[in-house]
Amino acid sequence: MFSKFDVIETIDMIEKEHLDIRTVTMGISLLSCIRATAKGTAQAVYDLVMKKAEKLVPTAEALSGEYGIPIVNKRISVTPVSLITAAFPQKSMLVGQALDRAAQALGIDFLGGYSALVHKGTADYEAAFLDTVPETLAATERLCSSVNVGSSKSGINMDAVRTMGEIVLKTAQLTKERDGLGCAKLVVFCNAVEDNPFMAGAFHGVGEGDTVINVGVSGPGVVQHALKFVPEADLTDAAEVIKRTAFKITRAGQLIAREAAKRLSARFGIVDLSLAPTPARGDSVAHILEELGLEVVGCHGTTAALAMLNDAVKKGGVMASSRVGGLSGAFIPVSEDIGMIESASAGKISIDKLEAMTCVCSVGLDMIAIPGDTPASTIAAIIADEAAIGMVNNKTTAVRVIPAPGKTVGEEVSFGGLLGRAPVMPVHTGDAGAFIRRGGLIPAPIHSFKN
Amino acid sequence: MRAVVTVTGSDRRGIIAKVSGFLFERNVNIEDISQTILGDQFAMIMMVDTSESKVEFAALAKELADMGTKIGMSVRLQHADIFDAMHNV
Repeated sequence: MFSKFDVIETIDMIEKEHLDIRTVTMGISLLSCIRATAKGTAQAVYDLVMKKAEKLVPTAEALSGEYGIPIVNKRISVTPVSLITAAFPQKSMLVGQALDRAAQALGIDFLGGYSALVHKGTADYEAAFLDTVPETLAATERLCSSVNVGSSKSGINMDAVRTMGEIVLKTAQLTKERDGLGCAKLVVFCNAVEDNPFMAGAFHGVGEGDTVINVGVSGPGVVQHALKFVPEADLTDAAEVIKRTAFKITRAGQLIAREAAKRLSARFGIVDLSLAPTPARGDSVAHILEELGLEVVGCHGTTAALAMLNDAVKKGGVMASSRVGGLSGAFIPVSEDIGMIESASAGKISIDKLEAMTCVCSVGLDMIAIPGDTPASTIAAIIADEAAIGMVNNKTTAVRVIPAPGKTVGEEVSFGGLLGRAPVMPVHTGDAGAFIRRGGLIPAPIHSFKN
Repeated sequence: MRAVVTVTGSDRRGIIAKVSGFLFERNVNIEDISQTILGDQFAMIMMVDTSESKVEFAALAKELADMGTKIGMSVRLQHADIFDAMHNV
């Protein structure tokens, strides 16, 4: 049984501290949709997604009403499209557009899975698929793309890394009238996970069941609020407070995930224990770090504080859910976190510090605007550095940078909504071109040989 | 269905009478009531059973919220499982 104080605490979390279910994401396998032609496949994909996810939005809204907790996003992830279009990769855009139409018809804000997994080598059909990514992202609204270029087990496919530097740049150029918005929907991963409910990196792995429900919880504001009550606590006690809070947040996610799966005749996949910020005040991961005693996120000490936060979130969350997966940790996107935006605008956080932070949290360089004239080889080198961190540390890392078309340091890109805004941050100007042009595979680290 | 009605806002006379009358009219059984004052805020928490309700859950929640707006209070109806999940191991 719960007490009246428990009831009031929950209501305060929801109404004052932005507790919400960030996303209910339905993963759908598209493998049964492969037909002889691109057109036939696109139609089959559209029909299947419309059928499977027909009740996703109304079900999530009903759950939100019954339990009194907002469910912010309803999303879909699908099998990496490169696998579905392997027989006609040049025409992959048809499938991308079909998915985009389905997302619009269903009232889904983002649909992820215009993806390829090339961590050990790029097949011909995958190379042709990757060529379609910039145009497809420019021609669609809600479709998200991700590419896995490395893993701890396989090493880093540096040919794919080089290609992705070019693709990121081209995507920005093709969406230049919208500040390079296409790049906000394109993630380059190392150690991508197959059950991630969050965008833009969600896709439905081939090892998954037919239809699953994955839920991403959130609640940076709740954690920050809980820490406000213990300003003098040492870090052991502060970690304990975070852990207890993460437990409560995750339990709400677990309840919604189980119930949503039941009502949608899908399998309950996982709960992703991530603290995902939004640009709203009071919903910031950066402000949690500042609550712990940092003057501004990005100063020395930020990495340590984030490591503690990330670990405490996992420990509380793992206890709360029977199935944990996805990325699970603290997200540090720059444009989507008011504390990050303010620190970056004031020049208090650098891309180097962000890179260091990605060693200890759940994702990578996320939603960072860089100068529009950054060469493709430099973007590839940023991807390579991040992939190396993921590969060596057995964790997921990602790069989602926006080379802001026609803009440079001191200016800002603005996407609105959950994607927020970001000041253009400086990158190092030394040339890594010769390193990137070498290509090949960076071999997997010795500690990956566990068999 | 076991559910929780919460009423929060500035304290005023007749709130319990108003809300319990409203629930009685819709055949919702009140199992427990407690109230507390937090600062200048009044909070009333009712455990209710909606299984015999004349109105389905979503509509009941909306009617309660609308009634709350009329009397200047915030009134919510939530499935009890959310509190069980978050506050019990």
